[in-house]
Amino acid sequence: METVLLYLGYFFVSLGAAFLFLGAFGIFRMPDFYTRLQAGTKSSTLGAMSLILGVGLMQPEWFFKTLIIIIFIAISNPISSHALARGAYKTHQKPLTDTIDAYEEVAEENDNKKEE
Amino acid sequence: MENVSNISKLFYTWIILFIVWLAFTSTLAIEEVITGLIVSLIVALLSFRFFTGTGLGIFAPKKIFYLTQYFFVFIGALIKANFHVAKIVLSPSLPINPGIVEFETKLKSDFAKMVLANSITLTPGTFTVDIVENRFYIHWLEVEATDEESVYKEIAEGFEKILLKIYE
Repeated sequence: METVLLYLGYFFVSLGAAFLFLGAFGIFRMPDFYTRLQAGTKSSTLGAMSLILGVGLMQPEWFFKTLIIIIFIAISNPISSHALARGAYKTHQKPLTDTIDAYEEVAEENDNKKEE
Repeated sequence: MENVSNISKLFYTWIILFIVWLAFTSTLAIEEVITGLIVSLIVALLSFRFFTGTGLGIFAPKKIFYLTQYFFVFIGALIKANFHVAKIVLSPSLPINPGIVEFETKLKSDFAKMVLANSITLTPGTFTVDIVENRFYIHWLEVEATDEESVYKEIAEGFEKILLKIYE
């Protein structure tokens, strides 16, 4: 049983490391801030979650603590990326786009309000 | 859902905090459990007003069922999202077509909106830039449609259907 858990732990840790690597690679390859954030958020969330789950499986007495950490990551990671995106837009970081930017009007409206 | 009594909120907060305590101490020794009950009650008394909007109502069997369903839908979407990003990052031509789209949600409570926004952030190719009243602004890596109707169908419908049953 313990060996099974240990190898399952190795599996999850390697998977997490692979996703974190892909996330870093994505940040390197993407063309602008928002698309980089896309790559960063998703892979860092699942990467960190599976890495910590792997550690929890290797050390069964930590398992429940790692579960709590995973829940905290799942809640806090998207919020931080949301705050980054909103902050970037408020400081006039225009997204690279060929199709549509629906948020532009709202941001302009807010700017005008601030000036008044 | 609007008028949840304070008692129900307090007990809900107490239970959740106590479960967190049990997970952190990872033991059922009687002195640990008693300390946990007291400490979590004190913290619950201080924080129950801000901690929850739903109270004990969330533990109804039907809602538990939908919460579980939501959990699996969410995990599935999260894993799909990662392979999706991996595929884009590793393909030499970098097939992206980014843009910010908008749609309107039917959800009313703030907490449900937050859950929806967070879920959208962790699903394939999308993340939430801002929420104004009940309009969501979503950055989309591969824009497939620009009109609200199909954007809503494509991004939010799967999650919102379940959330409506849980929170409304």
